[in-house]
Amino acid sequence: MKSHRSLILLSIVALLSAVAPRAAAQATDWQQITIPPLPAFHPQQPKRFELPNGMVVFLQEDHELPIIDGTARIRSGSRSEPANKVGMLDMYGEVWRTGGTKAQTGDQLDDYLEIRAAKVETGSTVDSTTVSWSCLKGDFDDVFKAFNGVLREPEFRADKLDLAQKEMYDAISRRNDDVGAIAVRESTKLAYGANNPYAREAEYATVAAVTREDLVDWHHTHVHPNNIILGIVGDFDSAAMEAKLRQIFGDWPKGPAVKEDRIEFQPAKPGYYLIPKEDVNQSSIRMTELGIRRDNPDYYAAQVFNEAFGGGFSSRLFKSIRTQQGLAYGVGAGIGAAFDHQGIVRVSMSTKSATTVESIQALYKEIDGLAQNPISDDEIKRAKDSILNSFVFNFDSPEKVLHERMAYEFYGYPADYLERYRAGIEKVGKEDVARAATKYLHKEKLAVLVVGNTADFDKPLDSLGPVTKVDISIPPPPGEKGANEEGPATSVREAEAANN
Amino acid sequence: MNCRSLKSFAIVLILAALAAAQDMASFEKRTTVKKLDNGLTVVICERPEAPVFSFFTHVDAGSVQDPLGETGLAHMFEHMAFKGTDKIGTTNYPAEKVALEKVEQTYAAYIAERDKPVGRDEQKLKDLEKAWKDAVAEANKYVKPNEFPQIVEINGGEDLNANTSDDETNYFYSFPENRLELWAYLESERFLHPVMREFYKERNVVIEERRMRVDSNPIGRLLEQFTTAAFQAHPYHRPTIGWMSDLNSFSATDAKQFFDKYYIPSNMVVTVVGDVKAEETMPVVEKYFDRIPSRPKPDERTTTEPPQNAERRVVLQEMSQPLYLEGYHRPDYRSPDDAVYDAIADLMSNGRTSRLYRALVRDKKIAADSAGFTGLPGNKYPHLFAFYAFPLPGHKPEEMADAIHVEIEKLKNEEISDEELKMIKTRAKANLIRSLGSNEGLANNLALYQARYDDWRELFRSVDRIDKVSKADIRRVANQTFVPTNRTAGIIETKTAAADQEGGAQ
Repeated sequence: MKSHRSLILLSIVALLSAVAPRAAAQATDWQQITIPPLPAFHPQQPKRFELPNGMVVFLQEDHELPIIDGTARIRSGSRSEPANKVGMLDMYGEVWRTGGTKAQTGDQLDDYLEIRAAKVETGSTVDSTTVSWSCLKGDFDDVFKAFNGVLREPEFRADKLDLAQKEMYDAISRRNDDVGAIAVRESTKLAYGANNPYAREAEYATVAAVTREDLVDWHHTHVHPNNIILGIVGDFDSAAMEAKLRQIFGDWPKGPAVKEDRIEFQPAKPGYYLIPKEDVNQSSIRMTELGIRRDNPDYYAAQVFNEAFGGGFSSRLFKSIRTQQGLAYGVGAGIGAAFDHQGIVRVSMSTKSATTVESIQALYKEIDGLAQNPISDDEIKRAKDSILNSFVFNFDSPEKVLHERMAYEFYGYPADYLERYRAGIEKVGKEDVARAATKYLHKEKLAVLVVGNTADFDKPLDSLGPVTKVDISIPPPPGEKGANEEGPATSVREAEAANN
Repeated sequence: MNCRSLKSFAIVLILAALAAAQDMASFEKRTTVKKLDNGLTVVICERPEAPVFSFFTHVDAGSVQDPLGETGLAHMFEHMAFKGTDKIGTTNYPAEKVALEKVEQTYAAYIAERDKPVGRDEQKLKDLEKAWKDAVAEANKYVKPNEFPQIVEINGGEDLNANTSDDETNYFYSFPENRLELWAYLESERFLHPVMREFYKERNVVIEERRMRVDSNPIGRLLEQFTTAAFQAHPYHRPTIGWMSDLNSFSATDAKQFFDKYYIPSNMVVTVVGDVKAEETMPVVEKYFDRIPSRPKPDERTTTEPPQNAERRVVLQEMSQPLYLEGYHRPDYRSPDDAVYDAIADLMSNGRTSRLYRALVRDKKIAADSAGFTGLPGNKYPHLFAFYAFPLPGHKPEEMADAIHVEIEKLKNEEISDEELKMIKTRAKANLIRSLGSNEGLANNLALYQARYDDWRELFRSVDRIDKVSKADIRRVANQTFVPTNRTAGIIETKTAAADQEGGAQ
């Protein structure tokens, strides 16, 4: 395949040098430079097969380096954990590995793997859990054995659950230390609702409620071959690997399919939300409302809009807010989209305390500007060029191709989704972008969150409208009432009182 | 460890060593180096995996080169390198040039009045400030904002960015392979005809970056105070982002002077990695980059940090959870012991078998995370080997210090085990192999090693150096380095309610 491709390239180069002597003189203007067509590139697709027990496998050969990596993605994640045990999947994702297997404790596994410079790791996300490995080719059998042990016979030993709980406690205690992290977390709660499974957060009480039995039960309920997508990439022979996998997983019976509850969204009322923080000189501003799903027909138009309005260096917001007004280092916006639920529309920036209100108004001006001065044909062309000319970077490594395919499989999207995406972007016109902007970004529907040092604001936030204070003080661990009274949480509450 | 795994382990080691050697041989075949007439070094590495390429422009100047009173200038210039040229980003360069000269004259007059030690005339200052801002507005009339990055983006540029450290400045992005000549034009023009347009607005952007990374972040505040305390003579003393007063003072003229002095071809390495052929690509790169005029090497003398002979401590009272950090002076990257420090960092920090994880996190259960690392704040000059720990709720930074010191004493007094030493060496080889699979990572590494050692092959030889590290080396270097008088400690303590009230009176 490679030699074929470079043959095409060679002939193109030969053709060009015959037509235009492009190597002879150097250009004095970038527009004088000829851009030859990109040679046709058909990235290698992974081999897909389904085992009789329902496990879906993707094999992607890549012989560049003597490495074999793999990931098993299992359906269901933290969005399905009980509300009184939020944080359970975070702990599951850790103790699954650290708690060891029937054959080896977690510590023994650590020694076994590290001496081979290999990794087997587990994790969890909102909608799935994963077991993955990375190893040198020569260690594959040893490491795959450890992977399979973790996947099928984990022990969730209690000492490691205790350790994971301590680490969760630590993370909770530190969650108000960084202004950016506060802004992301709290604005997500405003967009989805504080108790929504995509937004809610672990508390000391919900972490303390998790038992070893919970982790064991979760594993028994979810880890069945028919809920698993396995992807392997690296220096192996697909036929031999397929035979091996069929043999190893052949005896694993099907289990019940995963059931997931419908998830409700309760976005906060539009308006202003304030979290005072005394120890900063920069405000974090985050405006949010509910976004769209990736299977929405407006998705392509929204992507072009995002690129033109709040994406890269040449977007409207970057140009106006950063380059021309010098108000921010970080500024961006976009109509967020997720595969199987609504994403979040976000407009966000950080600015010095003394330009907080000025910046909110500057962002409003850009949003209002979309009606009077819609994204132009020129801007749309640039946005589309940017997306389409960089399209090749979606599949410039076998590993990326594998991960894309695994995602489409997981969410039930067509295998040729990337091609459809390209075609979708190509078709987007001016009316589509204007429609997407009007349909999904509404100034009057935004929940506007400001985290900052209110004493130094240019104007009080309530000069813009009624303000709701958000209490981010951390509820103390069960049985330790008021343990935090001397800590930072108190200062936050005091700051609120002082600024009322 | 039982017999069987020992045996299979030996096989792994041999496999890994073989793989590393094969890689070196394979890279010899597809890597071409050329020093152009003007002194600029070009490294081209053929990696025909997909029709794309990545590049790195490595400039051997960072914030260590910032002039006195102008901290942050190297980083400021890096921002200015996105502002375009005399042909890109302007509607009328001759007129803009005149307008920009006016901006500099009016700014100099304004600063002269602003910084008068005595007899400052406030009315005059206001008038001068207005004259400067009017001149800025006039110059802005000719600007096509962000045209340079826009050309990169519309042509499919990916991961367009740059970074400035104490040691060096890097510029990078990736392109589809049919944009090679466009890239060569853009990247060379950027360093042939940079224009300091929109300088003072961009300075505000950089000040916002400082607020974000340092002023509004407790760990950022600690790191700045810590590094400043650890280095008293060498320029590592000064923050890369710059002190606020310097940021509010330096000019576009200063930035251009910095560029003229340090952005010289012999200070630059350009690497191109991807689906390119050296025989076709080198002439294109040479054609464009050889235009950059060669200039004499700047005076590179810097003060050598004198030996530290008393422990230093920086304690910050913050409205955040505690943190413990300590650092010990060590020699620069050319030290024959460089690989020994790498081995110590790996032993102490890498993964769940690491000594600090096992001691502080797993066994004592006093920390959420703990590790040691080298290269703070850079590594081109003598720098720090640092350790840190995040205490679990209810535990104090002092406990972290004690527990870390117990582990350090073990390093000094006991030999590490055979298994540990083998683990370090296997991991170094495996990590090298894993780092070879991306254009961007390779472009970065080849540029760095070529710049630092004048030979990209050192990337591969660094693994051989780790392979030669002995147990005695680790004890010797630990005893040499980790002594209390050579230590700077940086601590975040959580502000108590009482301390809060004292501070609240202002």
